[in-house]
Amino acid sequence: MSEQTETTVKITIDGVEVDAHPDELVIAAAERTGTYIPRFCWHPRMNPVGMCRMCIVEIDAGRGPALQPSCMIPVSEGMSVVTDSDVTKKAQDGVLEFLLANHPLDCPVCDKGGECPLQDQAYAYGPGESRFVEEKRHFEKPIPISDLVDLDRERCILCDRCTRFADEVAGDPLIHFIDRGSQTQVNTFPDEPFASYFSGNTVQICPVGALTAQPYRFKARPWDLDQVESTCTSCAVGCRVVVQASRNEVLRTQGVDIDGVNWSWLCDKGRFDFQSIHAEERLSEPLVREGDGHARTSWAAALKRAAGAVSDALDSTGPSGIGVVGGARLTNEAAYAWAKLAKGVIGTDNVDCQLGDGLPAEAVLGLPRATIDEACRPGGTIVVVGTDVKEELPVLYLRLRHAVVEDGATLIEIVPEATGLSGLAAHTLTYAPGGAGAVARPLVSDQPVAAGGIEAESIASAAAAIGDGPVSVVLGRGNVAESADAIVAAAGALRDGIDDVRFLSALRRGNVHGALDAGLAPGILPGRVGLDAGRSHFHETWSTVPSDAGLDATGILRAAADGKLDVLVLLGADPLTDFPDHDLATRALAGARTVIAVDTTLTDSVRKADVVLPATGYAETEGTTTNIEGRVSRLSPKVTPPGTARADWIIAAELAFRLGDDLRVESVADVFGELTTISAVHQGLTMDDVGVDGVVVPVPVVPAEPEPAVAPEEDTAEDADTASGDDTDTDTDTDDDTDTDEAGSVEPGYAGPDVGAGIDLRTTSYEIPQPDGYRLRLVTTRALYDLGTSTQTSPSLAKLPAGAVLRMHPHDFDRLGIEAGGMVAVSNTEGGRGSITVPVEASAGVPRGAASIAYAQPGGTTNLLIDADRPVTDVRVEVARA
Amino acid sequence: MTDTTDTTPATPKPDVPKMITGRFEYADSHTLARYQATHGYDGLRKALAMGPEAVSNEVKAASLLGRGGAGFPAGVKWGFCPPDVWPRYLVVNGDESEPGTYKDRLLMERDPHQLIEGVLLCAYAVGCAQAFLYVRGEMAHAQERIAQALNEAYAAGLVGKNILGSNFSCDVILHWGAGAYIVGEETALIESLEGNRGMPRLKPPYFPAAKGLYMQPTIVNNVETLANLPWIVRNGADAYTAYGAENSRGTRMFAVSGHVKKPGVYEVEFGTTTFRDLIYGHCGGIRGSNSLKAFIPGGASAPWFYDEHLDLPLEKAAVDNAGSMLGSGAIVVMDDTTDAVKAAWRVVRFFARESCGKCTPCREGTNWLEKILRRMLDGHGRPEDMALLLDLCDNISPAIAWPPKQTTICPLGPSAVSPIASAIVRFQDEFVAYCGGGEIPTSVQITGAAYVPPEGASAGV
Repeated sequence: MSEQTETTVKITIDGVEVDAHPDELVIAAAERTGTYIPRFCWHPRMNPVGMCRMCIVEIDAGRGPALQPSCMIPVSEGMSVVTDSDVTKKAQDGVLEFLLANHPLDCPVCDKGGECPLQDQAYAYGPGESRFVEEKRHFEKPIPISDLVDLDRERCILCDRCTRFADEVAGDPLIHFIDRGSQTQVNTFPDEPFASYFSGNTVQICPVGALTAQPYRFKARPWDLDQVESTCTSCAVGCRVVVQASRNEVLRTQGVDIDGVNWSWLCDKGRFDFQSIHAEERLSEPLVREGDGHARTSWAAALKRAAGAVSDALDSTGPSGIGVVGGARLTNEAAYAWAKLAKGVIGTDNVDCQLGDGLPAEAVLGLPRATIDEACRPGGTIVVVGTDVKEELPVLYLRLRHAVVEDGATLIEIVPEATGLSGLAAHTLTYAPGGAGAVARPLVSDQPVAAGGIEAESIASAAAAIGDGPVSVVLGRGNVAESADAIVAAAGALRDGIDDVRFLSALRRGNVHGALDAGLAPGILPGRVGLDAGRSHFHETWSTVPSDAGLDATGILRAAADGKLDVLVLLGADPLTDFPDHDLATRALAGARTVIAVDTTLTDSVRKADVVLPATGYAETEGTTTNIEGRVSRLSPKVTPPGTARADWIIAAELAFRLGDDLRVESVADVFGELTTISAVHQGLTMDDVGVDGVVVPVPVVPAEPEPAVAPEEDTAEDADTASGDDTDTDTDTDDDTDTDEAGSVEPGYAGPDVGAGIDLRTTSYEIPQPDGYRLRLVTTRALYDLGTSTQTSPSLAKLPAGAVLRMHPHDFDRLGIEAGGMVAVSNTEGGRGSITVPVEASAGVPRGAASIAYAQPGGTTNLLIDADRPVTDVRVEVARA
Repeated sequence: MTDTTDTTPATPKPDVPKMITGRFEYADSHTLARYQATHGYDGLRKALAMGPEAVSNEVKAASLLGRGGAGFPAGVKWGFCPPDVWPRYLVVNGDESEPGTYKDRLLMERDPHQLIEGVLLCAYAVGCAQAFLYVRGEMAHAQERIAQALNEAYAAGLVGKNILGSNFSCDVILHWGAGAYIVGEETALIESLEGNRGMPRLKPPYFPAAKGLYMQPTIVNNVETLANLPWIVRNGADAYTAYGAENSRGTRMFAVSGHVKKPGVYEVEFGTTTFRDLIYGHCGGIRGSNSLKAFIPGGASAPWFYDEHLDLPLEKAAVDNAGSMLGSGAIVVMDDTTDAVKAAWRVVRFFARESCGKCTPCREGTNWLEKILRRMLDGHGRPEDMALLLDLCDNISPAIAWPPKQTTICPLGPSAVSPIASAIVRFQDEFVAYCGGGEIPTSVQITGAAYVPPEGASAGV
């Protein structure tokens, strides 16, 4: 890790002496110092195989020059490398001719033509004509190897990149070489498609046109594409991408390699859901309710109607009569504009960017934070709590997988059901629903006891596996049928019980972390400060600041359902699909006097709105976004928005204006400027800081005199320990002083509260009722492909959700008289909720006494079963009547 | 070294014992009863009394050369395991597939206990608790015999926990190959044993002694090599080195096939016996009244030998110096009725089909060579084809030198080069005769519109 301090190795490349890093491969050292060695199989993010032989050069490591693959040979002191000798050139030309012998020359109709390494190198190095006069190899072309990827085996040059990626990086070794000699081909196993969430990466790294993605196939030629770098917002990992478009239509997304996040990889959802940008369901004009439907209207009329409803609510009920739900879709700037509108103009604190399916803001903002790189440190311990990272944050899964498989990190899971990472975990503790906190407490105690349905021995051996190295907790909430309090309790226990532990949030919505940092949550203000701690500071800029902490999403919807809410603003939120309790969401949309929807797409909830304001979306909007680790990175527009859709921050500014106030911003830069002045966490940030790779905020200010490297770490530990005296409201001013670590980032000139001021993890007591023996306790899991808007409006992804299937522990079948493979009715009618009929299968990864279904799947949505008022949901499972 | 100027057919030396094929004469040579009645497992008993280091030293002193093909001293190889890295594994390479080689098969079929004893001796000397016996997939009979023998040996306490009451424990695991020539290459064999596709690993860094099976230190030895161990341990290194030449001690098995009167496997004194002794003595000479055209001295990969090489001793250095290799001990004899081009094509076809597909020059090059030779045989050779053949060979094995340089990971690609390079030089007239075909008729093209060169076009770059 600390190569900076190590000595360099001196090698000679084509007669020029250069410095190389120890362990660096010759091909990498050469490229870094300006000598490009041609290659096909070598990829900097995968282990070398030395397969294509294109990179053979003469290497002399003391025993005379010999042709060696430069991708396999690490540098050594005094090594001499010759890349341009006649011997090297003859060998490389020979390899190129061999590669072309069986390669069809169909470049004019090949997707890769124009950006093809084989084509480029054939032009650069190869002879003009082939000496191969015999018949080329023939295969059926192309064959689908998955729902998204086609394979043309005739074009394949067998570089092992896709197969290595599938095995090494993705852990889905579903494509492999079969046959041998010149009949060697890549293929899947019979009847087993390459069903990987990461299959699109194989298309990106294919050095020829053998692998093509169905959404892009024959859509454009590379020279027709125009591109910008941006950040994927399909989930909260924040992968860097290039968005490529032609004629104002986005046609392709490719991963960009940045060290801190995605290493060039993308998940298929992030890669292919650009199709939703141009979906028919996109909103292009403002709409107002007219009878059962909507009528098109002008922006002026729609804004007037919306502002009028808000004014009326302020007059009749006051600020608490207005609630804003959603905001995770927004840019950081738009989130701040909306926070300022809601809290600083309207004065309501009933604001929540989550939908009752995440974690309280304090559990994200009030814990010592880890970056992805920190969580993935070699030799560290990673504790994943509550979530299936592979389904929710796929590229984080790749990073964690790499940490475990390649870097020796230890993984421990505390999860409601076995996950995509369980195969790599040293210990997987699958707790009974509601038991996350109960398991975490003994895990970090000296005397592990049985808890959460898990035996003491299992907890003890997991506890013993927590290494002496750095410990990071990946904290998420995959099971929305379980109260967030249970996860918060687990977080509290881990924070208190493990020295120097750091947390990486696993909330999944695109910019939920940016929205939280911008203050779109009850009880907080922009910049990770509490309402009370920041009140005076924000009063200097804002017209008002809410007097009391408001309601979260569940509270807002409950108030709406009870008729206590005048205006419900849906800020890119679709509670009917995404809120765990469909019954409450339905009553809320019916109960709120006016529903204002600001959205990109016509969703079920938007259909219920009284005023619909169309917003610009991904690849149409300028700004920044924030990922799970707090990395702020750039979003770049590439295409024009549909119709008259406007940026979210403009909508906020227009509404403020019509409410008689003024946000005093006229551009995205204005909003960014205000955010970076007023917010403790963003202050001093410039777009230069954001750069290409993004930057994790708060950006540490370089101290005038270097401090001992260890000191801040210790401070943090004390900080965490102090803050952990969490007997609710012992929070005093001293807390602010203990935040020395973060306070170091505050520049002179900023006079507001420190980052984290007034934000503390509150562990609420909650009681899990005894299971009644007749019912099973519901677990909901996330699947990457579900009924979410971006998946459903992307034609190539819409068919991919697997469908609702109930999973039960094998031991529970006989007791309930159920057979695997049959259809069962799952109901919560006792709890006043509905029933769904789904197939059932056995899975040992489900704890006994639990019933697990993926959330929002076709064939049966679990939000029909969940009661948001209860810490757990019990369901009756019976054989379905025909 | 013997007198290599002797041109008269030599007779086998009568006093050389059959060290490893001695039991072949018994019908029940594969049984434990017969084995034990003929000094079976005496070597193991003696070794357990000697201690591992003494066994290792004994083998080193016997300067036993590996019999797989490379001919590296076995005792020295054992010493390459890095100290204090455990566990170590022993892998027995029984994937004998070089065309013309069938000596290991006989050792496994006829005397499986001798192999097992050899495995145990090696495992004891090196410190392995597990040995993997990788037997070629097609050798069903050998697999059955070894399985039977292992069962007997386990039941008799000769394999497994606390062997013969000692504190030496070793399990021997029988593994069947799936039918790939390349798995005879030790790193590909390890890949296959791990459950992966049999493809070679690059050395460095994957020298099996350092990073072998499951990335642990691993000794890979050939069947015949290990079969020598019981005799060496039983009789001592001095008795062993009394036979053979300076650098080639003991006896060695040679499999002779092709146009001889009595093809077969012969165990002869190593390093002193000449090719003439073998071909004209043991094998009774060339079939019919034909004369020798060429012979392959060490498996299909080896450059060919001719009349003038007959008096070379069967000795590694001598054969190497003459530009070929003794390899796996497979001697293929061709008489004067042989079509050199066809023979070359036959060998190249084997390598083209058995190329694992990993390295481009081998995968595409051997296939291309095969297609050109096939086309020539079909009557469509062009004058430029000979230069093309040699240039393609040069791109697989730069400079077509011996020992071969290679643009590939393992020597399979260069192996296909040897027969062409040999034949084209020696029997140039035969190749020229095939190259007069002029333009390639379109009938050769199966489908599609492949490139047909215009008349008089050169095949130049």
